[in-house]
Amino acid sequence: MSIDFQMTTEQARGPAIHVQGLEKSYNELHVLRGVDFDVARGSIFALLGSNGAGKTTIVRILSTLLKADAGTTSVNGFDVVTQAANVRESMSLTGQFAAVDEILTGRENLMLVARLRHLKDAGRIADDLLARFGLSDAAERKVSAYSGGMRRRLDIAMSLIGDPPVIFLDEPTAGLDPQGRVEVWNSVKKLAGQGTTVLLTTQYLDEAEQLADRIAILHAGRIIANGTLVELKQLLPPAKVEYVEKQPSLEDVFLAIVGDKGIGGDADTAGADGTNN
Amino acid sequence: MTNHFLGDTAALLGRSLRHISRSPDTIITTAIMPIAFMLLFVYVFGGAIHTGSGKYVNYLLPGILLITVASGISYTAFRLFLDMKGGIFERFQSLPIARSSVLWAHVLTSLVANVISLVVVVLVALLMGFRSGAGALAWLAVAGILVLFTLALTWLAVIPGLTAKSVDGASAFSYPLIFLPFISSAFVPTESMPGPVRAFADNQPVTSIVNTIRDLFAQQEVGGQLWIALAWCVGLLVVAYALAMTIYHRKIS
Repeated sequence: MSIDFQMTTEQARGPAIHVQGLEKSYNELHVLRGVDFDVARGSIFALLGSNGAGKTTIVRILSTLLKADAGTTSVNGFDVVTQAANVRESMSLTGQFAAVDEILTGRENLMLVARLRHLKDAGRIADDLLARFGLSDAAERKVSAYSGGMRRRLDIAMSLIGDPPVIFLDEPTAGLDPQGRVEVWNSVKKLAGQGTTVLLTTQYLDEAEQLADRIAILHAGRIIANGTLVELKQLLPPAKVEYVEKQPSLEDVFLAIVGDKGIGGDADTAGADGTNN
Repeated sequence: MTNHFLGDTAALLGRSLRHISRSPDTIITTAIMPIAFMLLFVYVFGGAIHTGSGKYVNYLLPGILLITVASGISYTAFRLFLDMKGGIFERFQSLPIARSSVLWAHVLTSLVANVISLVVVVLVALLMGFRSGAGALAWLAVAGILVLFTLALTWLAVIPGLTAKSVDGASAFSYPLIFLPFISSAFVPTESMPGPVRAFADNQPVTSIVNTIRDLFAQQEVGGQLWIALAWCVGLLVVAYALAMTIYHRKIS
C-alpha cells in the first residue's frame, strides 16, 4: 500500500469513516442517541433503518451540512468539525433527491462540479463520465428531459468527479423503477471495486443484502446491530431446512421480459432458470 | 479555501447566467411592468400632471428605472429559493468551494439581468421621446447609482430567498419595493402631497435617488441630494449584506 506524503499514518491506516457517540436532537426530538460505527477503507457499508430513523441526519453530519450536538466524527482521517474543508475534499454526497441542475445539460452539470472541484480539463472529465454512465447520447439535453433513472445516474456521476475516497449515497434508489435500481447497484459495485469507500443508507433490505460488505441497523437513535450479512444472520435462531419451490420474483420476470442487456443480474437470472427446469 | 473564491464564483455565475439566457422571459417580464407604467403615465395620466417645464417622460424615467430594479430583484429571491429547495444547494455546500461564492454568483447574476432590463427600459423611453443632454460622466454617475441601488436591493432579496417557506413568499417581498416610488417624487412633485404623506415622501430613499438621477439627466447641479441618495444606497447595502450573510452562515453551519 502506497502512502501519500501528506497523509499521516493514522489517516492512511484508520477507518475511512469513524463515528463515535454521535447525538443530535431537533428540538424535542432526540433523533440520534449515541451512534457508533466505523467504515473500513474500500468497503460498502449500508446503514439500514426505517423512515425517520436518522439515516439522513448521519449523512448530513458526515458531509459537513449539519452540526452534531455531541460525539466525534471523522472522514478520511479528518475531523468533520475542525477540518471541514479537508472533509469536503475527501468525500462527496449524493443526497436523497437528485441534486442536479434541471436547466443545464448533463454535460454542463458535470463540468460545473469539475470546475468547483478545481480540476483541469472539465470537458474531458465530463465526457468520460457520460460514457461510463451511458449518458453520452443525452449529454447535450437539458436534465429536465431526463428520466428518473438517468437523473440518478447523472447525480452519482457528479459525485465521482475528482475521485473522492469516500462517497455518501443517501437512499440512492428511492423512487426508481427496477431497471434504474439495478443500474445504480452496478455503479455502486464498480465504485467499491476501484477502492472507493461507500456509505449508503437504505430502507430496502434486499439493497443492503445485494451491495454491502457490512450492514448496520439504525433503530431508535442507536446502532442495534452491525456486522456482515453472515454475522447478522447468525443472530437469528439456526436455520431450519424446508423445501420450498422457488418461484421467480416479479422483478426477475419484469427484467426477463423487458430483456435489458448489460444488467449485472446474470447470476440471478441463471438461478431462476435453474429452478424452472 | 478563499483563494478559490473568484474561480468558484465565476463557475457558479456561468451557471446562473445560463439559466437566464435559457429563460429570457425573466428579463422581459422584469421590463414589462415598468414599461407599462411608463406608457400609462406618459400617455394617460401625464397630461394632467404638472411637473414644471420639460417633457413628462424626462421627469418620469428615473422613478421607472428604480421600479425596474425593484421588480427585477424578485427573481434573485426566486432563483435562490429554488436552489435551496432542490438538492443542488446542499451539493454545492458539500463541495470544497468558497462557500460565500454561492451567494455572490446569484448577486452578480441579478446585476447582469437588471442592467439588461434597465437598458431595455431606457431604449423604450428614448422611443417615447426621452432626451437628455447629459455627458458621459453624468451617464456614468447614473449607472453607478443604479448599480449601487441594484446591489443593495439584491442583497435584501437574498434574505427572503434564504428564509422563505414558499415560492410566493420568496418573491412577494418585492411588491412593497415596487410601490415605494409611488409615494415619492418619482411620478409627481412632492409639493402637491398633503403634509404627512409629503413628509414621508421627502424623507424616503426613492425621492433622493430619483431627484439625483433626474438632475444628472437634466444637467443640473445635483447638490446635497446626491449624498443622501448615496448614504441610503450604501447604508441599505451594508445592512442587507450583513443580515443576508448572518442568515446564510446560520443556514449552512
